[in-house]
Amino acid sequence: MIRFIVLAAIILLNVPAYALAPVQKVISQNGIEAWLIEDHTNPIVSLHFGFEGGSAQDPVGKEGLARLASATMDEGAGEWNSQSFQARLNDLSITLRFEASMDRFGGHVLTLRENLEPALEMLNQALLAPRFEKDAIERIRAQILAELRQREEDPDTIAALNLYQSIFADHPYARGSKGTIEGVQNITQADLHNFVQTRLNRRDLKIGVSGDITATELKTLLDKTFAALPEKTENRPVSDAVLHLDNELSIIQKPVPQSSILFVQEGVERHDEDFYAAYVLNYILGGGGFSSRLTEEVREKRGLVYSVYSYLAGYQHADLWIVGAGTQNARVKETLDVVRAEWKKAATQGVSAEEVRDAKTFLTGSFALRFNSSDNIAAILLGMQMDKLPIDFLEQRNKQVEAVTPEDVNRVAKTLLTPDKLKAVVVGQPEGL
Amino acid sequence: MRFLIAALIGLLVSFPLQARVFNPQSFTLENGMQVVLIPNTRVPVVKHMVWYRVGSADEPAGKSGIAHFFEHLMFKGTPSIPAGEFSRIVAKNGGRDNAFTSYDYTAYFQTVAKDRLELVMKMEADRMTHLSLTKEVIEPERLVILEERRQRTDNDPSAQLREQIDTVQYMNHPYRIPVIGWAHEIENLSLKDLRDFYKQWYAPNNAVLVVEGDVTMEELRPLAEKYYGVIPRGPDIIRQRPSEPPAHADRRVIKKDPRVRQASLQRSYLAPSYGDDKTDTKAPYALQILQQIMSGSATSRLYQSLVVDQKLAVSAGMSYSPTRLDVSELTFWASPQQGVSPDKLEKALIKEIDLLIEKGVAQDEVLRAQKSLINDAVFARDNLGTGAQVFGSTLAIGMTIDKTENWPDDIKSISRDDVNRALRSVLANKHTVTGILMAAEKGEKQ
Repeated sequence: MIRFIVLAAIILLNVPAYALAPVQKVISQNGIEAWLIEDHTNPIVSLHFGFEGGSAQDPVGKEGLARLASATMDEGAGEWNSQSFQARLNDLSITLRFEASMDRFGGHVLTLRENLEPALEMLNQALLAPRFEKDAIERIRAQILAELRQREEDPDTIAALNLYQSIFADHPYARGSKGTIEGVQNITQADLHNFVQTRLNRRDLKIGVSGDITATELKTLLDKTFAALPEKTENRPVSDAVLHLDNELSIIQKPVPQSSILFVQEGVERHDEDFYAAYVLNYILGGGGFSSRLTEEVREKRGLVYSVYSYLAGYQHADLWIVGAGTQNARVKETLDVVRAEWKKAATQGVSAEEVRDAKTFLTGSFALRFNSSDNIAAILLGMQMDKLPIDFLEQRNKQVEAVTPEDVNRVAKTLLTPDKLKAVVVGQPEGL
Repeated sequence: MRFLIAALIGLLVSFPLQARVFNPQSFTLENGMQVVLIPNTRVPVVKHMVWYRVGSADEPAGKSGIAHFFEHLMFKGTPSIPAGEFSRIVAKNGGRDNAFTSYDYTAYFQTVAKDRLELVMKMEADRMTHLSLTKEVIEPERLVILEERRQRTDNDPSAQLREQIDTVQYMNHPYRIPVIGWAHEIENLSLKDLRDFYKQWYAPNNAVLVVEGDVTMEELRPLAEKYYGVIPRGPDIIRQRPSEPPAHADRRVIKKDPRVRQASLQRSYLAPSYGDDKTDTKAPYALQILQQIMSGSATSRLYQSLVVDQKLAVSAGMSYSPTRLDVSELTFWASPQQGVSPDKLEKALIKEIDLLIEKGVAQDEVLRAQKSLINDAVFARDNLGTGAQVFGSTLAIGMTIDKTENWPDDIKSISRDDVNRALRSVLANKHTVTGILMAAEKGEKQ
């Protein structure tokens, strides 16, 4: 869930054509496509890749399969056992990681230019010939279980899982993206081999690259690294989610001095024509840090929280709008009331032209700030493809934000905000509810 | 820590650096404020930071949390910028801003397009001496900070344990007090306390300006002179802190809490730092190499032995940060596998430490660690902001730019003997501090 927020933030940024080299579409001889921004400032290359389909596709009873696979694929592959694989990465200063999120399985390589070939050779072996030795599986399984057990006591996690369970009901998203204790315990070595064989394929693959590499060099390496993957495999389809939303408040008792609070209502689809208007509205409400209405009302005026925020959480099969806050148990009711009042106020009275203007100057002006490392640039190039955005997105994006009018924002505030269907969950020992 | 955590900053500054890569330029204004520029031209963006040589360890007795509380108040306005407007103005100009407080420094920063550098310099210089502090602004902020404390510490048993461990690790030095402060003292900080703190510590001769990004010294110097250069020099500042006496006993801190599902343990030792290396100036570098050997990767010693071979732990490592004005600490940590008692894991960890003291590290371990650390410097320079963090934090504890620049050479100069001497001096025949976090049964004392 967390990873998604980062992605959502990243893909909404733009870059000035005069600062970075243009985005190149590189297609290898075998048809592997990658988007590349060349940058020869530092002798470093970053490559991010992703396959459509993530932990939402984990079979029932094996929740956590994608995650366990992601953490075990770099524990020995091809000619290297777990220790020699890790030792080689370390000796060559290569970062190689796999990651599973709700809708995506992917990873990244960050390496010195001089070690690019061995780095991609190791990625190739991890993708095609992971060993999944019993010893490594058990070691990584124990680490994931330790984390899942501790998460059972974390108020923020409890709140998020509870919320997802109630709004997604039978949909796989209800399980969260990190796996369950029982699911992780059930996964076998055969499941992991099966995961790699059936889930990783060229059709679902997207790649973003940045750094000290040319398009010609990249072409050759793309084939060496990815061409041997199967063309397509049978993914388990995930259906669009039906959201079970209402205005109810759930309370989960936990002995903590500060209650965790989450609200949820329906969000907006990434390709919806009102997406940018909703994005501007979210910035004004709770996305804009110290410039947001929620921070002003909940934190600055009343001292109720250290942190209050809202964000649009877009999944492939569901779109949510989430608000989060944390306050001492004695002031939970007041915090809930203020958030609900702000939501209602925005829906009924809208926002001012000045707020819209300020939001737009931040959202367009801060575009370049995200392009601060090769790694971030490669991640953005991958995010654009995973979200099915055009290759000239970096040039178009600010124009789309600019085009949003106060009328658009207020229309969206009336139609999209549902203050009477704003579900809430509180984890802690709230008083007076 | 308006939004950041001290621990995160610790991670950032442990990034190695290579001055020949960062190529910093520097001069000092007449009022004593040092100015550092780190060129980085990838995008037309600059990170502008002002670091003050004051942190929580400089607080008067009984006033814990005042350095951090004050940091929050720096956003509460001056005669020319109304309360709360600072961050709004930065955002309206497409920038991001924040601040953080640690034991030894407090820093304020903005990341903006290069043509907005002058704007943020003007505002940052304004609040160095013109802050308006009133009862109306401090009271809601006090509540915010108490919520911050609940969120960071009281809601998290492992953070509560760390706080308790510090109080026994440091018997006399103010590093024993949490950066955020004790709740009962935060509640009692007065407007006068806060004003006195501002007057005592916030002055150009106690500040360092660090700018990293797409700007030249020819552009930066006149702006620095115009906005910071005109601020009158304050009184000379002496940072005088209580120091540690020798310990006469081992100490154990055990926290049992029903909120704990995964036990963990740690064993820590006082260690030299960049600011406190009188007995052995090579020690801070030698201990960074030791950290890489013990904890740097999945093939490092502690993970290899306790997690992979003996299968007693799910994780294990060693942490050490050299970036302290006074004494630092070196900590071994591990979390047991399910079914393994903390006691059993502790014995295995102690065996590893004893082995390290007895046999030391091997030559090839040192060489691999050195290579790895020096390579990391290349990655560090790829990220806009890392250089500013590194130079700001080291200058704030009194290191010179040259010394920070020479980090790769200093790492290269360390021999196996240097590492073994440093580790034995820290670990051998010392009284230890052990912390254990474990689950409590219902009704058991916490």
